[in-house]
Amino acid sequence: MTAALAAVGALGAPYDATLWLLDRWSDLMTVLADATGAAVLGYGFMHRAFLVGILIAVMAPLIGTFLVHRQLALIGDALAHTAFAGVAVGLFVNAALGTGVSPYLTAVVVAMIAALAIELISEVTNAYNDVSMAIVLSTGFALGAVLISLNAGGLAVGVNQYLFGNLSTVTNENTVLLVGLFAVIALVVGVTYKQLLYVTFDETAARVAGINVRWYNRVVAMLTAMVVVGAMQIMGVILVAAMLVVPVAGAAQLARSFREALLASVILAELAVLVGITLSFYYETTAGGTIVLVAVGVYVVAVLVGKLTSGTDAAVSADSEPTPDEDPAD
Amino acid sequence: MALIDLEHVSFGYTASPVVEDVSMTVEAGEYVGLIGPNGSGKSTLLRLLLGLHDPDAGTAELFGHPADAFAERERVGYVAQDVTENTKRMPITVAEVVLMGRFPHVGFGRIDAADRRLAREALETVGIEHLAERRITRLSGGQRQRAYIARALAGEADLLVLDEPTVGVDAESVEAFFELLEGLNDDGMTVLLVEHDIGAVLEHADRVVCLNREVYFDGPPAAFADSDALARAYGTNVRRDGSVTSA
Repeated sequence: MTAALAAVGALGAPYDATLWLLDRWSDLMTVLADATGAAVLGYGFMHRAFLVGILIAVMAPLIGTFLVHRQLALIGDALAHTAFAGVAVGLFVNAALGTGVSPYLTAVVVAMIAALAIELISEVTNAYNDVSMAIVLSTGFALGAVLISLNAGGLAVGVNQYLFGNLSTVTNENTVLLVGLFAVIALVVGVTYKQLLYVTFDETAARVAGINVRWYNRVVAMLTAMVVVGAMQIMGVILVAAMLVVPVAGAAQLARSFREALLASVILAELAVLVGITLSFYYETTAGGTIVLVAVGVYVVAVLVGKLTSGTDAAVSADSEPTPDEDPAD
Repeated sequence: MALIDLEHVSFGYTASPVVEDVSMTVEAGEYVGLIGPNGSGKSTLLRLLLGLHDPDAGTAELFGHPADAFAERERVGYVAQDVTENTKRMPITVAEVVLMGRFPHVGFGRIDAADRRLAREALETVGIEHLAERRITRLSGGQRQRAYIARALAGEADLLVLDEPTVGVDAESVEAFFELLEGLNDDGMTVLLVEHDIGAVLEHADRVVCLNREVYFDGPPAAFADSDALARAYGTNVRRDGSVTSA
């Protein structure tokens, strides 16, 4: 039917299998809708939106945790804006050649190239710096804007959905793309979790331990690009980075260990996404904005809870065991 | 066998060398203290012998292999200056940090019960097993450095390389820290200690290497105290505790 379908069609069996799973998910939602009488669960596009949202709320904080604790929160924003350039490339190519490539597919490609470019720049200059990140961010957005204005004809019409995200335009095809991205991200993080943790905690010690830090930095950047494009459908270019950062920042207030932090960030993100999507359905607000506002609300609560519990922590440890500074063993 | 073998190593970040024609070896079981004024190339030399930089000239070998291509990374334990400043907000427990010592052994495999046991034993050795479930950022500087030593022990390292580990650690803890190092060395651990506190090195190390771009002295602490290497390397009057009295 479309070139995008043909491209994904190369994956044939997994694509069909994912579609089949999608149908079963939809059946489950319909059963839930009948049981609860919740209107929000009664539409096919909402079934897909919830699935996409649930997956985004796992993969965004998962990768975000490895970014935030290296002070790389901005990289998500930069890649989101280059992904916008990727969307523009897709729309441009489709208009010029009359093809039907999914703009999300071109967005993945362009964002991953940009991710590699950011890594190479930081390797050459030996530092991540906010200036080069800002340059990449604005270049991406500028390129997108120019490409879209070049064939302004019917194109500007479709741009809003990429900038702000849209629940009702989550197609089967894009859902399958997201499931694919999710599988890749989960697999890579599952296999390289230890290496990623070591690099995040202490780059030099990781190098001494024989970990190829450059390679893992590139991997994280590429995974970030995938998350950003995956989440863009609902969140939009402008707000997508929030899902990488806000739940992670909230989790850091609550967790003691890194594993707890990962788990807590996913829980907070799920809360934000599920509540946000539901609110945006009933109040007809934009989904991305609603999700981010809920996420920020959750973050504020996490900060307050964190302050309260860390206060009691200190009081308990002062009574029961020596505080770090007074430890006689040291 | 020499665990560390530097032969005529030179290196510079720019055209002017930071380290010039340095040769030194560290044999198994030794406790070597590396001293030198600020900017003398101590940390750079450390990075060279760890294989983090390639020498411009000469060769750097670890365990008989070129340092940059050395594969058995778990044999080297590395303790830097307190790096936790940079990761202040990162939630991670002492136990999780120490378990990292097992990562080079495990590769892409799974951490199992034996790995956890080794990590726990390492924590016991350095005396902070009661802090295992604390966030590492909640520890004092001295406790944190013990945790990094425990990480090296958990990795069953044969060589401990420490880069000014006592910076920012209070005096009492520093003394206990050096006692710990001495105990480990007595048990067969090879120690290479870069230290700004000359007095501590003279007191604890078996051998002193004094560096200021080049090696000014390499020998036992007693001979170092009698030599004029200190004055030549530092170019100033330096009291035995390491503080500079005049420029």
